[in-house]
Amino acid sequence: MAQFVSLSDAVSECLKPGSVAAFEGFTHLIPHAAAHEAIRQGIGDLTLIRMTPDLVYDQMIGMGLVKKVIFSYAGNPGVGLLRRLRDAVENGWPNTIEIEEHSHAAMANAYEAGAAGLPFAMLRGYLGAGLKEVNPNIKSVTCPFTGEELAAIPAIRPDVSFIHAQKADRKGNVLVEGIVGVQKEAVLCAKKAVVTVEEIVDDLDAHPNACVLPHWTIHAICEVPGGAHPSYTHGYYDRDNAAYLEWDEIAADRDRFRQWMEENVLSQTPAIFAQRVAKLRKGA
Amino acid sequence: MADYTPDEMMTIAASRALSNDDVCFVGIGAPSAACNVARLTHAPDITLIYESGTLGTRPNVLPLSIGDGELCDTAVTTVAVPEMFRYWLQGGWITIGFLGAAQLDRFGNINTTVVGDYDKPKVRLPGGGGAPEIASASQQVYITMKQSKRGFVERIDFFTSFGHGEGGDHRERLGMKTKGPNLLITDMAIWKPDPQTKEFTVTSLHPGVTREQMTETVGWEISYADAVDETPPPTAEELSVLRDLKARTDAAHRGPGG
Repeated sequence: MAQFVSLSDAVSECLKPGSVAAFEGFTHLIPHAAAHEAIRQGIGDLTLIRMTPDLVYDQMIGMGLVKKVIFSYAGNPGVGLLRRLRDAVENGWPNTIEIEEHSHAAMANAYEAGAAGLPFAMLRGYLGAGLKEVNPNIKSVTCPFTGEELAAIPAIRPDVSFIHAQKADRKGNVLVEGIVGVQKEAVLCAKKAVVTVEEIVDDLDAHPNACVLPHWTIHAICEVPGGAHPSYTHGYYDRDNAAYLEWDEIAADRDRFRQWMEENVLSQTPAIFAQRVAKLRKGA
Repeated sequence: MADYTPDEMMTIAASRALSNDDVCFVGIGAPSAACNVARLTHAPDITLIYESGTLGTRPNVLPLSIGDGELCDTAVTTVAVPEMFRYWLQGGWITIGFLGAAQLDRFGNINTTVVGDYDKPKVRLPGGGGAPEIASASQQVYITMKQSKRGFVERIDFFTSFGHGEGGDHRERLGMKTKGPNLLITDMAIWKPDPQTKEFTVTSLHPGVTREQMTETVGWEISYADAVDETPPPTAEELSVLRDLKARTDAAHRGPGG
């Protein structure tokens, strides 16, 4: 049963040192506010799962909170590389991290397998690909009917998943719209799910086939307007592409990165996100 | 001096290879530009699909990421990412997977994962994303990238996406029934795989490009087709569509609110 709590309470209750956590959102609806709260609380030794680590994991890695990252595309989408992740992988700064790398198809299947209660995901994947030589979690199974060899990877089962969504009703049912990514799967495969939303409304006003997560699949809901910034929330505000471009420069230098995190994350509260998206709202 | 850049020639040559009937899985960057120029010129009904789940999208500006809101707003429908990869890609609906690369070899094998050793990389690149399965499940693969000695290498450092492997029937031996890399469009030339060896062979040089320039930008010994054509230069219409698209895109990515 979903409870309505502050983001600070939700994070401190659901994310512990050593947790396996997914902060999902496929370019759209990335739960930045939740990740920033985790950074402020200094919760470390994390195993982080995300198809596209994006700026959120670049920031968490750069702040030294990450032990391992499971991912399928470690770039700043459309801009280039993730410089904090690179620094950790190439130079062990601020600490060495373990990586488990997959393809998108495999990760998406692994989330689905987790949501479906299966132990592993199966796909016609990794044919001729080098990842299966370096990732021991990529194995194969043989189809009992045709003999075809297919790729197999473990299902994703995080301790906690964080997602951001458009809105929740007062019972805690959540509506996700637009590019829905793997949000539904991320919630259903996790032991606990925390959802930040743009607003809490009387009626979701959803059509019969909309992506709605019933309140009993969610542990905690936090109202954080703008909580996806610099990612976006379809119908509310646009992606801050300029911020993604700027990140490339901020993250290029260790000191500048630290300073930026101090000013924009450590000394802030979730309320700052509403201000950040003000100029990005439709018709602003 | 030509009144267009080699980059523009590359994008326009790539756009010409696409048709109205194609269902194209679009990689970000150069492929995305080419696909949208095709849509805005000779192939208005082409279906463009981005891995974020947007099917049949018609963006007014080029997306910075594969998941920009513009793609969803203008799509026929948007599906969840697991469905995207399971039903639409693995299910065999994609006629062309359009990819870029950091490193490429003569058999169309692609590396976007690491420069150097995987465990101790000199440069850690973003990795494959959707590309490993786009390369194996699309009916055929087009590749577009600029030529350079750094990018066009004798041996790639990592097999992110399998092209023709060691050439010949290597794909079939691994159980793949799709054609694999069937066209390579660069800023200097158009390449197609030899029917037997599957080595990329130059079939057309862009206007003004010499074989010496080719040699200076490719890290292997280049094979040329018996008859090498000259790529027709961009038309005024193609150029104006591309430049308008780029101008709209630049303005959208810099300004607040996209």
